[in-house]
Parts: sequence; structure tokens; C-alpha cells
Amino acid sequence: MNRFDYRRPSTLAEALSLATDPAVRYLAGGTNLIDLMKEDVERPLSLVDVNHLPLGNIEDTVEGGLKIGALVPNADLARAARITQRYPLLSSALLAGASPQLRNAATTGGNLLQRTRCYYFYDVATPCNKREPGSGCQAIGGLTRQHAILGASEHCIATHPSDMCVALAALQAVVHVESARGSRTIAFEDFHRLPGDTPERDSNLEPGELVTAVELPAESFDIHYSYLKLRDRQSYAFALVSVAAALRLEDGIVAEARLALGGVAHKPWRDREAEKQVLGQAPGREAFGRVADTILAGARGQGDNDFKIPLARRAIVRALDQAARAAPQRQVEKRIS
Amino acid sequence: MKEMKSQTLQAQEGRNAGFGTALSRVDGAAKVTGQAKYAAEFTRPDLLFGVVYTARIAKGKIKRIDTSRALAMDGVVDVLTHENSPRVTHFDLKLKDMSAPTVGHPFRALDSDDILYPGQPIALVVAETLEIARAAARLVDVDYEWQDFETDLKRATPFVPKVPGVGERKPKSRGKAEAAFASSPVQITGDYHLMPEHHNPMELFASTVFCEDDGRLTIYDKTQGVKNSHCYICNAMGFKRAKVRVLSPFVGGAFGSALRPQYQLWLAALAAKKLERSVRVVMTRQEMFGHGYRPECYNRIQLGADDQGHLKAIINSAVTGTSSYENYTESIVSWGGMLYQCDNAKLDYQIARVDTATPCNMRAPGGATGTNMFEIAMDELAYASNVDPLELRLRNYAERHQLKDRDYTSKALRDCYQRGARKFGWEKRSPEPRSMREGHELIGWGMATGVWDAMMAPTSVRATLHADGSLEVGTATADIGPGTYTMMTQIASDATGIPVERITAKLGDSDLPFAPVEGGSATAASAGTAVQKACHALMKQVLEQANQLENSPLSGARMEDVDLVGGRIQLSENPAQGMSFSEVFTAAGLDSLEAKKFGRPRMTRKARNTHSAVFVEVRVDEEVGMARVTRVVNAVAAGRIINPKTARSQIIGGVVFGIGMALEEESLADHRIGRWMNHNLAEYHVPVNADVPDIDVIFVEEEDHEASPIGVKGVGEIGVCGTAAAIANALFHATGKRLRDLPITIDKLVTD
Ligand SMILES: Cc1cc2nc3c(=O)[nH]c(=O)nc-3n(C[C@H](O)[C@H](O)[C@H](O)COP(=O)(O)OP(=O)(O)OC[C@H]3O[C@@H](n4cnc5c(N)ncnc54)[C@H](O)[C@@H]3O)c2cc1C
Ligand code: SF4
Repeated sequence: MNRFDYRRPSTLAEALSLATDPAVRYLAGGTNLIDLMKEDVERPLSLVDVNHLPLGNIEDTVEGGLKIGALVPNADLARAARITQRYPLLSSALLAGASPQLRNAATTGGNLLQRTRCYYFYDVATPCNKREPGSGCQAIGGLTRQHAILGASEHCIATHPSDMCVALAALQAVVHVESARGSRTIAFEDFHRLPGDTPERDSNLEPGELVTAVELPAESFDIHYSYLKLRDRQSYAFALVSVAAALRLEDGIVAEARLALGGVAHKPWRDREAEKQVLGQAPGREAFGRVADTILAGARGQGDNDFKIPLARRAIVRALDQAARAAPQRQVEKRIS
Repeated sequence: MKEMKSQTLQAQEGRNAGFGTALSRVDGAAKVTGQAKYAAEFTRPDLLFGVVYTARIAKGKIKRIDTSRALAMDGVVDVLTHENSPRVTHFDLKLKDMSAPTVGHPFRALDSDDILYPGQPIALVVAETLEIARAAARLVDVDYEWQDFETDLKRATPFVPKVPGVGERKPKSRGKAEAAFASSPVQITGDYHLMPEHHNPMELFASTVFCEDDGRLTIYDKTQGVKNSHCYICNAMGFKRAKVRVLSPFVGGAFGSALRPQYQLWLAALAAKKLERSVRVVMTRQEMFGHGYRPECYNRIQLGADDQGHLKAIINSAVTGTSSYENYTESIVSWGGMLYQCDNAKLDYQIARVDTATPCNMRAPGGATGTNMFEIAMDELAYASNVDPLELRLRNYAERHQLKDRDYTSKALRDCYQRGARKFGWEKRSPEPRSMREGHELIGWGMATGVWDAMMAPTSVRATLHADGSLEVGTATADIGPGTYTMMTQIASDATGIPVERITAKLGDSDLPFAPVEGGSATAASAGTAVQKACHALMKQVLEQANQLENSPLSGARMEDVDLVGGRIQLSENPAQGMSFSEVFTAAGLDSLEAKKFGRPRMTRKARNTHSAVFVEVRVDEEVGMARVTRVVNAVAAGRIINPKTARSQIIGGVVFGIGMALEEESLADHRIGRWMNHNLAEYHVPVNADVPDIDVIFVEEEDHEASPIGVKGVGEIGVCGTAAAIANALFHATGKRLRDLPITIDKLVTD
């Protein structure tokens, strides 16, 4: 761990003005950032603690959606009545993540910006392009159980570890950000990036930009949804593969389909072409299988993670089936519905 | 001495404390309220903090180590490296701690420029605060010279260890196994594999060394044996034994990893010696992957049987990993050969060098690996010979220890099978794989046998009775979690009739009478026997004192004439006639009485073992391969149970270990760079609450005063043995897939 300054602003303007240097980090719950500092992976010059900013509310929007402040803890968000009733997919994804203690500390903004769990990224004794651009990717040809099967590059094969973000991708959330230069919104699909040749950048956030809120559109998929997470133990493990599935059925026919995958790519993975395939059809395992095949057509394993391709196929079919049956995976239930 | 009549006493708060009482932990309140202090929690104002810098290469030399930037930081006191550390002993023998392998050169931190394994400590940054030490540690700059290395056991060269090390008697073959196998109508051959496992106890390894004004050292160490740490560190550093005291009042789990003194003790002592100041060194979780672990194992098992499943041949050969500098060995292949009636057994065991730290004992070392693999093989034989797995074990049941060809002091394994099966409902099992399901889930029922040693080691205890009637019993053993404080208190209460509230157990202090390391499930039998002996001797003294008093109500009474009840000694025939201990002390003008006794195992040629029968239900989602354990019944025969509550906790803990071994735990190395990579608790998976179902523990008590004088065999490790196999076997029953590679993770279940 390096030496660093610590600031605790109480207004947004002050926070933004303190964070103009790229070596400054915003500190929210600290559940990821502090770990990375202890491992010497993150070496900020200064921490700007944002926990005293007024970003802890959930508000209704005029469009009929919700605006979730960046500081709303994962635990509170998962249990908020407006979320459990209207966006149960989001609640479910949150509850699938981490542990109760971590969810108490973790925030909405921090969850969005948590970094990959790639073993090599965490170990400064190994080369890693994400940690040290240009040093190489030690994961390729190494231990790749956690790694991507979609959208990887020769520079980085890491995955984004969040569960919450998979649901937000399916729900087509919008991210509100602010910096000393002004504010903007970013569509969820454009928020995280693929690694390409700049894997050091996880997201399209510019240095100094602060996430202030995540906005949910009105369409909430409160009947036909499911978040299915497959992992190495029953709880408290990152997803090997997870699927957020949401359907709108009209007269037994799929009118709208949303599907996002976690644990398989550098960002929550969506494939709109594949989603379109089921539109106008009756829900069924065969149709879902075709969707899965389309999504996974370009999938490539790295060795250890080859199993994720068949696993993802099965998970997609199952999650869509759960959604169609209105039998969402309950996170307190160990049996898969 | 004649067994003393003891009373199950009704203590003031209604707490019974005799043998077999479910007494709650006497240190429980201290633990849950944070009063119990661990090695890293002792502090003084002048304490320095040492932070370790570990090698970033797998093997080679330190070409250059530059500590100038670290030293330049305000608050940094010193950076110890091989270039500036005080000289330590050069005799290997002096560094052979009680748990060291017999062959090899024990590791010496900061002793040379050699890097023997990845994660080896190569510098210690010492500063006025932990934060400064940590910040400065990242400024250490090292140039390395890489040397060829191998961390992959698969590619290492096995050899037969010439002098067997700790725990390994050369496995004894019998008969003509190869010929018998060839002519057996039913044959199975399986190649089993276990990934390396790290212990990952909750408490981080820590040592706090206080330099006292008079030149003495007081050391708080995370250890399973203070005498071991004491002897080792004095030998290593040339400290006078009388000037060093090692304490370890509480240990937050160890599972064998603290049997050998770990390098933080060495480093803290080295820094204290050099700087003549008090120093604390705490390892990080990541650094705890840089010491001992349960070695990887490749194990081929071939079983031949007649068409009724009677074993005709056992051929078993295994290889485990050791380091480049010590020969660490385990008993892997003996268990199957010992457990089942079979005239022909060929047992071979080899080790192979990998460039890691020397592996070390981890809960049921050898047994957890060996029994679980053998019991999967037995399950394969059950299907191959079309005999129910439980019935197969009964058909091959051995009344005598098959390796030693000796009787057992006791072996109630048959009762374990029977009671376990009944409780589990085994007779309702449908034999075919994939034949039980509910909805999307395949259900599997599997079982296995567990076996482990019933060990006992010489231990000395001092018992002191004070004039106020309070009793103290002390020995330098440890309490790494099983409840040693409670066990000692309970046995003392049983032997003296003194209520538990008036008894203090002392341990974890090198000034106390000798005890070996707490390991091998031996402490209850060892320290327990010595506590009982010392207490009996003490009570005899009390009675002698009472005898001599003028007008003594106990005059002429012998031990067999009296009862000890609630701090009183009274005639059995006439309980009203007696004296309280305080009355005796007052009348005799005594402050205290003391007895010190040595407990030893009884001489016997018989084999001493614990046994168990484990029954498991698993459920596997057929489509996505998520598996979970939904029921466990573990029936254990381990002699007499002192405390069913703490004993049950031991078995539960063992079963949880078994779940980890079967489904989750594996230390993953990148063999291209020779580093453990999942070196944290987010990525090294141990079972969490959600993975652990209700566990049904049955104790089948054995009346056995040959295994140990107090009839106790020990329960710390038997819970792991067999459990992982029962899970793997249940998975086969559920899915029809025979998986021989542990842990069985989802990838193995989901792919064909
Ligand atoms: C053992 C363990 C297991 C876990 N398991 C899971 C799991 O199963 N599923 C899962 O989804 N997650 C899991 N997590 C991750 C956890 O969800 C994240 O650590 C958490 O969401 C991060 O939130 P935080 O508020 O603590 O972020 P911090 O650690 O404070 O910050 C994380 C990053 O976000 C930046 N940041 C924070 N807030 C803002 C903001 N408002 N604007 C811009 N930048 C910001 C910080 O600068 C930092 O770079 C696990 C974590 C641990 C330690
Ligand atoms: S996969 Fe990405 S994060 Fe992992 S080592 Fe390669 S570059 Fe680094």
C-alpha cells in the first residue's frame, strides 16, 4: 500500500474539483478499492471519500422509472420496496452477489466500477496489461477458469465480475455522470467496454467523472424475469456464468426479450440480434436454444474456461425458461427452479 | 491407582461437568466478547511492526536487493535481508522442530540469496507503524536470477523416500497382489487425483516478540505447540531457554499449519535480536500461501474381487509432492490396505520434488487423501460387482488390523454402519445411478468408511489446589479450537468433584509442564489422561492431609472409602462425615497443594484406530450441473466421548472440510511462473454456510481403556476421512459420472 491523501468533501462541486488528477480515486464503500490498494494494484495519490455527498436516495422519474443515487448501498437497493415490486430482476441480481456484509458496504456506483477478479490483475508479481499497459497478459495460456469466452482480445481476456450490472444491462439502465466539466448520461451498454488494445480502461468514464445515479426506464419486467447465477459454491462466489433474462409476453407470444450475460466478457454481454430471434414466437426451449446458439456462435474458450461455452448455453435456455414460466430463480433457494 | 469414584456433579449454575456432559466451552464468552486475545493482539507502546517482502520469482538467486528507498522513508527502522541479518545456527538438527520431516534442511528465512520457492520471504521492513512498514515494503527493489523450476507434480520425478519421514511407516505389502488381481473376475482400476489445499485458518499467522527490560523475551505466537516454538526459536537464534517464554493462549484455527513454527516467528525474533526492540510480524492472507499446505496427490488404485465382491487384490500406488529441501511424506496407501480383509495387497508410495514450500500436515494428513480415494475405489468395486456399497464393506470387514496383523483395542465400525444406515434410511436407496430424481434434480446417495489413528503422546500436567478450594490445571498444550480448555476443566471436575466454575485450565505457555504439539487428534487422550492423573494424585494428598488432622472426620479413610462432591471430601457410607477442601487446608495450615503427573499411553501391541461410516445425499441440477450436499449422517466410533457438544462440533468441522475437499478447495498454480494464483479467500473456495446442510453426528461409544487410559480416542480428524468419498460416490449415484479428480467442480459435472 502506498501513502495517499484523504479528502472528505461534503458537496458535489467540491468533490469534483478535488478529482481532476487521474491519480485520484473516489472512495465509496471501499470493498474493492481498499483491497486493491492493499495489494498494491491501485496506488492513488489521493482518495476523495464521496460518502458524505447527497447521493443516497431513490427517486421516481417523470418517465415512470426510478433514479438510484450512486451511494445507495447494494443491500438497501435489493430490499427497497420499489425495486422488489417493480424491478425484481435487479433485486435478485443484487442478492446473488457477494455476502450480506459486503452488500451493506458496497454502493451502486462502486459496484458499477468494481474491477475484474482476474488472478493476475491482483498479483503485482505477474505481467498484466490492465494493471500495467504493455506488460503483457499472463492469463492467456494460464489459469483462465474465470475468464472471458466472448469479446476478449489478445491483450486481455478478463471478465467484469458484477451481478448487479448484468441486470442493469438487461433493464437498459442509463448512467448519470458528472465532472468539473459538466454532466452527461451514458446508456448502460456503452458504459463498460471491451478490452481491445486498451484493457486498462474498464469503462468509458473519463478521469474525474463521478457516477451520480443510475436511472431505470419504466419498463420493468416484473413477471417474466429471472437472474440465474452459476458459481463454484452456493453463495459468496463470483459468477462463472450468470444470465439476466426478461421477457414480455403478449397472448403467449414473446413481444420483447432481454438477455444479458455475466462472467463471460469484459462487460455484461448483450446480443440484440439474438434477442430479436424469439420475438413473435411462443416461448420454448428450442427457440431459446437457438438464441443461445446465436449468442455463443463467436464464443472462444481459453482452455480452463472451455466449459463455460456449454454451461452458458444451458444457463441461457434455463433462465429464459424460468422467465417464461414466471418461475424466477429465488436467491434464497438453492434448488434451481 | 484405582479408578477414583467420581460424581457427575451438579454445579452451582446447574452445569454438570462429568465425563459425557455437554458442557459449553468455558472460554466461549471470552471468545464471543473479544476478550480472548490472539498473537497479533498483544501490544506495547514501543512495538515495531515488520512487513514481509516476498520473492516474485519461483526459484533462483537474489542478484541485488536495494532497500535504500524503503530505508529513506520516515519511520522506517530497518530493512532486514540476507545481507544484514544476524547469523543463526547452521546446524539443521537444531532447526528440526517436533513436526519437521526427518530428512531435509529446514528453511531459514533471510539466510542466503537463494530463492527456493515462490512467495519465499526475502526481506522484512521494520517500522514504527504498520502503515509505514507496508508503504515502505513496496519500495524494496530486487534483481533476480531465474533458475529452472518445476511446480507441477505431474511433471516431477517420483522417488521412494529413503528414510521415511514423519507419519510414514513404509507401507507393508502382503501376498501376491498382481497375480491375484489378474485372476480376479471383477476388476477396477482408477486414477485418482487431489489438488493441493491450503489450510486457510481464519486467524492470520502472527508473532509478537516483546523484549523485556531484563533481557528476557516474551513471545506471543500462533502455534499448535508453545514448547515446539520455544525450543525451535531458542535453538535457531541462540537464545537461552530460560530467558524466553512463548505464549499462545488462543489460536484462531490452524488445522495443522501451525504445527511447525512458521516464518513469521523466525522473522520477528530475528528483528528483535538485531534491533533489541519489540517487534510484531503478521502474515497477510496472500503470504499464508507461502508456507505449508496439503500436497497434491496422484493415486492409482486397482481392486480385484470375486463376483460376490470379496476382495482378492489391492494394488495401490501414490505420489505426493514435497519441496526441494525437505522430504515431507504422508501415509496415503496404508488405509485401504489396513481396513479390509484381503490376502494380497501391494502398496507403494513415492514423493516428488516441486519447487514450493514444504507441504505440511493438514487435518488428517494422508488419511484424508488416502481414505477418501480408496473409498471411491470401493464404490467403483460395488458397482462393478453389483453389490450394495454398504454390503460390500460388510463382506470385506476386517476384525484385525490388516497391515500390522493385530487386533484392535476396539473397533465398533459395524455399529457405525448399522446405526448410520438406519438413521440415513439407506435401505430405501435405489441402486441404479440416475434412478432417483425430483423435478430438475438428480438425487444421489453415497456412503464411505472413515478411518484414522487413535494417538496419544506423553504429556505432563500440574494440578494446584488452593486454600479457597479453587483448582488450577496446566500443561503447555494448545487450544486451536477443539475445546481443550473445556476438556481439561471437565476432566479435572470429574476427577475432583470441584465445580467447573472453580477450575482454571491453563495452556499455551512454555513455562507450563511439557506437552507435545496439538495434533493428530491426540490432545484429549494425552492431556486428558495427565489431567486425570494429576488430579487423582492431588486428591490423594488432600485425603492424606485430612487423615493426619486431629479428630479428623476422615481419619483412617482411604481413597476408595470417600466421595468427592462439590469441593468436599466425604465418606461414601456417611456423606455427612467429611470436610471441605478449604477446611482441610485451614486446619492443616496449608496455602496450596500441588501434584505434577505424566500421562503415557498404555503399552499394548494392539492397533488403535477410530472409525466412521458416512452417508451423504447430494442433489445435482441435471441441466446446469450445480451440485450440493443436502444430507450427511456421520456415525463415529472414537472411544469414550468426553463432551458430546464439542465432539460433535469437531465432526461437523471435519465434514465441512470433507465438503471442501470433495467440491471446492484447490490451490491453483500457474506452472509457467510457479506461483499460487488464487491466494485469497475470495478465490480459494472453502464451504460457506449455504454449502453446509444439517449434519447428523452419531457417536457409537466404545469402552476401551487400552487406546488411552481415559478411554478417549480423539475426534479432531476422523470427520474428514470418508466424507469427501461419500460425496463423490453420491455424485456418481446421482449422475452416473465417475469423477476421480477432486475437487469435483461444476465444469467436471457439466461437460461430457
Ligand atoms: C470477497 C468479495 C466477494 C464479492 N462477490 C461479489 C459477487 O458475487 N458479485 C458482485 O457483483 N460483486 C461481488 N463483490 C464485489 C462488490 O460488489 C464490490 O466490491 C462493490 O460493489 C464495490 O462497491 P464499493 O462501493 O465498495 O466500491 P469502492 O471499492 O469504494 O470503489 C470501487 C471503484 O469504483 C470507484 N467509484 C466508487 N464510487 C464511484 C462513483 N460514484 N463514481 C465513480 N467512481 C466510483 C472507485 O474509485 C473504485 O475505483 C465481491 C467483493 C468481495 C470483496
Ligand atoms: S486477462 Fe486482462 S486483467 Fe487478466 S492478466 Fe490479462 S490483461 Fe491482466
